[in-house]
Amino acid sequence: MQVRIVLSANTQRFDPAARSRATGFVIALLVLWPLLVWSQFYPASLFEARNLVAMGQFLGSFLPPDMSLEFLRYVMRSTIETVAIATSGMSLAFLIAVPLTMANTRALSIARIGPGPGWRISRVLHVILRGLLVALRGVPELVWALVFVRALGLGPAAGVLALAITYGGMLAKVYAEILESSDTEAARVLLQAGSGRTLALVYGLLPVAASEIVSYTVYRWECALRASVVMGFVGAGGLGQLMDQSMKMMNGGEAATILVVFVLLVLMADAVSAALRKGLA
Amino acid sequence: MSSKAALSLDHRALRICTKCLFAMALLATLVVGSFAYLSLGLERLFTIDAVRELARFLLSFFPPDVSSRYLGKTAKAALETLAVSAVGTLLAAAFALLLALPASGRYGSVLRGATRFVLNLLRSVPELIWAALMVLAAGLGPFAGTLALAAHTSGVLGRLFAEALENAPIAPAAALVEAGASPAPAFLYGTLPNVVPQFLSYSLYRWEINIRMAAILGFVGAGGLGQMLYFELSLLHQNQACTVIIAMLLLAALVDGASAMLRRRLTSA
Amino acid sequence: MGFQLANIVLTYPNGQRALSRITLGAGRGERVAVIGPSGAGKTSLLRLLGVALRPDDGSVEVLGEAPWRLSARALRRMRSHIGVVYQKPPLPGRQRAITAILAGRLGRWPWWRAIGSLIYPADIAGAEAQLARLELADRLFERCDRLSGGQLQRVGVARVLYQQPELILADEPVSAMDPTLANLTLGQLVDDAAARSATLVASLHAVDLALRWFPRIIGLRAGEVVFDLPPVRITEALLRDLYAAETSVPPTQAPEPLALPARGPRHVATGCKSE
Repeated sequence: MQVRIVLSANTQRFDPAARSRATGFVIALLVLWPLLVWSQFYPASLFEARNLVAMGQFLGSFLPPDMSLEFLRYVMRSTIETVAIATSGMSLAFLIAVPLTMANTRALSIARIGPGPGWRISRVLHVILRGLLVALRGVPELVWALVFVRALGLGPAAGVLALAITYGGMLAKVYAEILESSDTEAARVLLQAGSGRTLALVYGLLPVAASEIVSYTVYRWECALRASVVMGFVGAGGLGQLMDQSMKMMNGGEAATILVVFVLLVLMADAVSAALRKGLA
Repeated sequence: MSSKAALSLDHRALRICTKCLFAMALLATLVVGSFAYLSLGLERLFTIDAVRELARFLLSFFPPDVSSRYLGKTAKAALETLAVSAVGTLLAAAFALLLALPASGRYGSVLRGATRFVLNLLRSVPELIWAALMVLAAGLGPFAGTLALAAHTSGVLGRLFAEALENAPIAPAAALVEAGASPAPAFLYGTLPNVVPQFLSYSLYRWEINIRMAAILGFVGAGGLGQMLYFELSLLHQNQACTVIIAMLLLAALVDGASAMLRRRLTSA
Repeated sequence: MGFQLANIVLTYPNGQRALSRITLGAGRGERVAVIGPSGAGKTSLLRLLGVALRPDDGSVEVLGEAPWRLSARALRRMRSHIGVVYQKPPLPGRQRAITAILAGRLGRWPWWRAIGSLIYPADIAGAEAQLARLELADRLFERCDRLSGGQLQRVGVARVLYQQPELILADEPVSAMDPTLANLTLGQLVDDAAARSATLVASLHAVDLALRWFPRIIGLRAGEVVFDLPPVRITEALLRDLYAAETSVPPTQAPEPLALPARGPRHVATGCKSE
């Protein structure tokens, strides 16, 4: 015996989600069209004679990569300069980040423990500092680099300063987060027992958060290395500036060498960073 | 806690291992060495005059140029940059999906290794360098920026997508294969529904990063706000440059908001 | 047709025996229930019949063919005639019930229909009809992660009903349902199999359900067939023996205990084939 449920003729069901899906699709198309127009999306331009010739010439000159001793010496010098820019920039960033973190860290702010003299001012300062950090981090480091190149001229100074400012803000934010999320018990006890802020930080919070802070700083140094190369393209020295010059002269061989060196540099930094993080943690 | 406990904290903080000492000494030499190496360049930085010069230069950026003509120009460039970031991210997501399938090991370990290598290559080259290359291939203008973002981001997204695919549960697709489905429909009906929220989330998050990159790519000729900024700074038009920088910040904030809203709507509902 | 297993040996990856020297067969249109304690090998047996697992030894014949000698294409075709109901339906959370059910025919649909159905469901009426049989038609467009355990199991059953296979394998298909729904669902499965002369093999944890719906009960314990009997010949002693390691009272779906003869005729044959 079969049991079948018979549907009446006029309950033909439709997919309820179909309408919203179709609307969403139409909206997506309507938004996509102007986007394609504004970005001058024109794949055929890849095959225009002018561009093909330029690309072909450049790629053709990629091999053989320029391995002349003279050029390699240039490259070596630029690489060392890049590493120096990244390290100096990070050191300055660290120096900027430390006072910012200390002022910012809620764990030490009097406001947390309770009302007292300077409580209100402390909170206002807290908000201002947070705002300052957001502004510092909002402007990309490359923009800072360009500005400083205009102000200070071509060379590594612009790159170091740009790194110091943007990474300083970044480090301060992350340090504060790390410190806030660590166990603040010890520091609070020290503060209540009357010790000064610095001592409370050093003996109370630091041992707990140290390895995480070191790990993040080394990771940021790796990013700084890459950023230093990129900043070179706007004139802030190092490997990037060299590559920019080579590409402007359509010298594929030199560009190829620099690219290879760049990849090697990144790999090496990766290894050094991993070793440092393991050793210092 | 008693004062005894506080004392024990004291000791713990003061105990320093020799390995740490060595590492810190190494670090110190690196840092000092770096400054020394760059001393020629940095000399000009650390004099009072230099600081005053710099401060004056930075102050000259204010007030920003808010004439309607210039605001119109900036708005147009902002739209161009927005479009570059959106189309670039979209292209990257599509290309990444294509590459993520072999990169997740579905077609064997040889193909997996090969595609992973390609993805690593794509994302190791910074966007700016890609842009410089794409300007050669596609000419000056925003299209080069779109291609550059697409190239770099597909490397990033490709790896994220591949990992998501590898971690997706295999039971649904396996069940469909047991019922006689071919691998492709089994993937579409069994695995894809589980990974789509992650894909959308990664792509939208990447858009937030890309809007900032798209603004900068103009420095090497890829149009938009970046090209305007480069131009204005070359002519030392600080006030105009300030307007462009503010536009960049506003655009970034806008995209952050849009991305968050889309992520909320598309991945939970 | 149906299936035929001879001297099957299956070992777990950790070395333990899942199935030891199983010889079992069923003809077309038969209804068989497999009962036994947890770990007896019921799921392994069903997976073997579903051509998802290869035996370490012995021969397998499903739907008249030796599955592991077939080409990939022929194997896929055979699998499309086998429907599996899972205890925990492997359905993606975000997928809607309608799509999950229609996926049952992916083995038969051409690629363009499969993709088209993702955009707009290809056969709403058909899927709805199957869900309506299980009294769940109002949840047709619901996401799977918004359904309860029992509802999800019914969606899994609906998928197999939609697939219309020649061999239905059900692994504890009603474990998350209350007695009324469990009986309804099993009733639908049995009706469907009967209507199309399909073979139905179900592993059940609740003995009363097995006794009620299946004319042939196989008792499995520690990978071996302990008995193979029609319900009338099943005694309480047999069941106690079967579930000895697990529980003193055989598990049932309904809250009442089983009403069985305490000790049956002396010449009960264990492990004989039903022919």
